[in-house]
Formats: sequence, C-alpha cells, structure tokens
Amino acid sequence: MKILVCISHVPDTTSKINFTDNNTQFDTNGVQFVINPNDEFGLTRAMWFKEKQGATVDVINVGGPETEPTLRKALAIGADNAIRVNTPATDGFQVAKQLANVAKEGEYDLIIAGRESIDYNGGMVPGMLAALLKANFVNTCIGLEIEGTEAKAVREIDGGKESVTAQLPLVIGGQKGLVEESDLRIPNMRGIMMARKKPLNVVEPVDVTAQTEIEKFEKPDPKGAVKLIDSDNLDELIQLLHTEAKVI
Amino acid sequence: MSVLVYIESEEGKFKKAALEVASYAKEVAQMLGTTVTGVTFNAEDVSELGTYGVDKVLKINNSKLKDFNAEAYADALKQAADKEASKVVVVSQSANSKYVAPLLAVHLNAGYASNVVSIPESASPFVVKRTAFTNKAFNFTKISTDIKVIGVSKNAFGLKETEGAATAEDFSPNLSEEDFSVNVTNVDKAKDKVTIADAEIVVSGGRGLKGPENWGMIEDLAETLGAATACSKPVSDMGWRPHSEHVGQTGKPVASNLYIAIGISGAIQHLAGINSSKVKVVINNDPEAPFFKAADYGVVGDAFEIVPKLNEKLKEFKAKNA
Repeated sequence: MKILVCISHVPDTTSKINFTDNNTQFDTNGVQFVINPNDEFGLTRAMWFKEKQGATVDVINVGGPETEPTLRKALAIGADNAIRVNTPATDGFQVAKQLANVAKEGEYDLIIAGRESIDYNGGMVPGMLAALLKANFVNTCIGLEIEGTEAKAVREIDGGKESVTAQLPLVIGGQKGLVEESDLRIPNMRGIMMARKKPLNVVEPVDVTAQTEIEKFEKPDPKGAVKLIDSDNLDELIQLLHTEAKVI
Repeated sequence: MSVLVYIESEEGKFKKAALEVASYAKEVAQMLGTTVTGVTFNAEDVSELGTYGVDKVLKINNSKLKDFNAEAYADALKQAADKEASKVVVVSQSANSKYVAPLLAVHLNAGYASNVVSIPESASPFVVKRTAFTNKAFNFTKISTDIKVIGVSKNAFGLKETEGAATAEDFSPNLSEEDFSVNVTNVDKAKDKVTIADAEIVVSGGRGLKGPENWGMIEDLAETLGAATACSKPVSDMGWRPHSEHVGQTGKPVASNLYIAIGISGAIQHLAGINSSKVKVVINNDPEAPFFKAADYGVVGDAFEIVPKLNEKLKEFKAKNA
C-alpha cells in the first residue's frame, strides 16, 4: 500500500497572531512552525499502517524552502520520502491542484490530509483533492482500517459518528481520533539522524491560477473587562445573563 | 442567476443552520438583484422556507438520498446550480456541509470561501469576511471565479424572517453509481442529546473538576439550560470524557450564544476554539486563570459549591419565566 500524507506547515498553536505590510501578510517573526496537528494525527496513523501492514509513506507539502524543517520532522517521525512542491501556497484550490498533480503520478492507494489547517482553517484541500482525483473521500475521519482494497472508516458527524466503507483509492480529511494524543511521536535522535539521509524531492509546480485571494487581515476588537460576580450572589449572574446578555 | 442554498434537514425538520443560510442567501440575492432557490432532500412540507427568504424550492425526493451522502449530494447540488444558472451557492458549516462544499466547488469550477461571518463586503469584486487562525483573526477574501461557494458560520448572521412565500418544484437529478461509492454501514448518534454544533448554550468542564465522576453536576446544569456538554483538551486526553466533547483548536469549534466554562483555565488553544461564542461565563477558583481575560462574566470560587447552587437557582428562574 502506498500512502501519501499531506503536511501543512503552520504556526504552533501557542503563537501570537500578528500581521505586517499593512495587515496583508502574516507576521512570521518569532513564530515557531510545526506540522499541522490534524495532519500529525494522520501521519501517526500512517506509521501504524507502515509498521503493521508494510505500507510505504510519503509526505508532501506545497511551499517554499522554509517548510523543509517541517517535512524533515515528518521524516524523523518515520515517513520514507518527502516531496516539496516548490511554490508558495496561495489558496485551497491551488494547493489541491498541486497535490493532485503529484498524487496522480505517484498512484497512491491512500491519501491522508488533515480536516483543516489551524492557520487558514479552510477545510477544503482534502475534499478538493479527492474531487480532482475522482477518488473516494471521507471527511472528519476519526478511525481508519484498511483490508486489501477496502477501507473501513469512522466519520465524526454532528452529535455522533458514522461508519462507512469505501474502495481505495481514498482521500481522508483526518483529525484526532485517527490516533490518540498519547500515540503521537516525538522524533528520537536516531529518527532525526536517519531523516537527514532520507530523500526530500523538490518538484516544480504546475501552472494553476488561485480562485481566491486574501486582501487583508484584521484582528478582533479587544475585549472589554470581565464582570466579576460574587459567588454568594449568583442571582445577579442569572439576571445579567437574562436582561443584559439576553442569552437565557 | 438565482442564489442557491443547500437546505439541510433532519428527520423531516429543517435545521436552524439551514434557515440561517437561507436568510443569508436572501441578503446576497438582494445585493445581486436576484432570487433565492433552496434545494431540499426528501423534505415534505417546505412552506416554512418562504418565511426565511427562499423564493423557490427544488424538492429532491429520492429514497437513495435518504441518508446523507457527500458525493451524491454534491452531484445533485451541482445539477441544481446548473439548472438555476446560479452564480452563488450558500451552505452552512455543519459537518455535512463542510464535507459537501469542497466537492461541489470543484464540480462547479467555483472558488470556495469557508467560515464566512458576514454578508459580502462587496459584490463586485466579491469579497467576504472570514475567520482565520482559529478565531484569532479575520481575513477578507476576494473570490475571483464566476461561480462562488460560500460557507456561512453558525450564528454569524442569524435568522431573518420575511413576508415571502416559496413556490415548490420537483427536481430529479441524474445520479450515477459512482455517487454512491462511500457506503454508510452504521450511524451512532444520541437521539435526545443536544449537539455542540446545534446548541445555543454549551456547558464545558475542565481539569478543575478533578475526575470524570464529578461530571454529574455539569450534566445537570446542561439539562436545566437545554445545553450541550463539552470539555477541555486535557479532559478528553485523559479519557474522562469522549473526544466528541473536546472543544478548542484541535477539537470542535463552538459558536454558541452562551458558553459556560467550569474549571477550565483557558489555554490559548481552548480560547481560540470557543471565541466565536457570543457570551462567555467562567467559573474558576483561580482568579489569575487566563479565562477571566476572555470572559464576559466571571465567578471566582469553588466550582463544587457554585455549580449545584447555580443549577438550583436557574431551575427556579426557569420555573418563574416558563
């Protein structure tokens, strides 16, 4: 089985979010970049398929050279090969097109992407990629087993979960649940040393026009101060929620 | 040219999110000088939709579409958009809509903007405001394609009633075998529980509750308020509560009217995930907890004393205001 894991290079979840150039660019100054958490759950599940079912695991990112440390980390976790499509990621469609181009040539059985990246939260790359490849697609995937050419997946739905079956090739939009938080792997020294020798292929992009463009960013209005209510006066809280906030 | 809306329903009832996106679509249609066409799946009485701005309903009745199926629904919506020559398609941000939208966008060669929080800033160029960085920021996205797909965040626009009435028309899209290649084998869904996605109020517990055995008071409070229950990441990681209740950056987003955080300190990742909620209440014994900076109302004190007391008082309040 050939697996491709799509890796988004995103600011660490604790990052302070600021913008530069007249609020048109994300300010990367002092920001630490990591593997998108939703992708990391998928990568870790891919490692399970590699170890238990003999799969090969490639990881891919669309981005400039600055994303390579994130791909190396995926190699250190255990991926076999890394691919970087050498172009900045501009919108979900452009990224999906670039991924589809590589995925088609690689003839992957299973493509794992995160349900959404934690930076732009678009939630569109996995679905668009599946549609472009005419592959089956399961979104918000929280469980995945493969037997032969059949996938058994569990999908999170609003208020519950749903079990589905589908033939490979399959694209999933994964999230926590594919593996547990405690299953995530911190690369060890041996993994890091080996990752240095593993191939990281830089491929040139295909010509794609983005469909959307971010004109500017804006930060939410600063919040007013909290109204503190004495714990002996909970009636006041109820009154405030009723008459002032009008939520009960 | 009509603005197309995917009208979600469950067990014959339209979802609130569907009525909200219909209201949104009406606003967009007025900007563009056109009408709204809603697409329903196996819904019988569609008269309610007129009240929320839908002018015409394409009723799809097909037993194969009884259960949601993303590929088949995307194909059907694509054919409806073609028929109506729609330039704008509006969907909600429910789990099902988020599943369908990117497929539909590719089928229509449409640009897709998700997490949209207000009516378009302008129609030409078509610019929408969206949340980004898990609610830590907004961005203004220009969609340059001829056809646009818009995913509207829950509670961002609200319901808007109109005087209108909707006409209904049967519609039978041509569906292929391939549309049904992902097969649902089992659905596991709590029938009588409010879901985090649909809830107006969410009651959430954190590590401060000390153990899963103490969740009774959270559930009691939620029941009094008709709320969904949720939890912080450490609580779900430790297995005190199911993953499906984890809210925050890597869990579920919450966009309820009221979010009550009990024993949750307020890590930046948690706050990002619940930031779209309109009103936030924190109950915590540590006055220095970061959640107090993010909340509208706060009570400093022992949750084990405050929560049962609050629940009793809310019950009295509900009885009086019923």
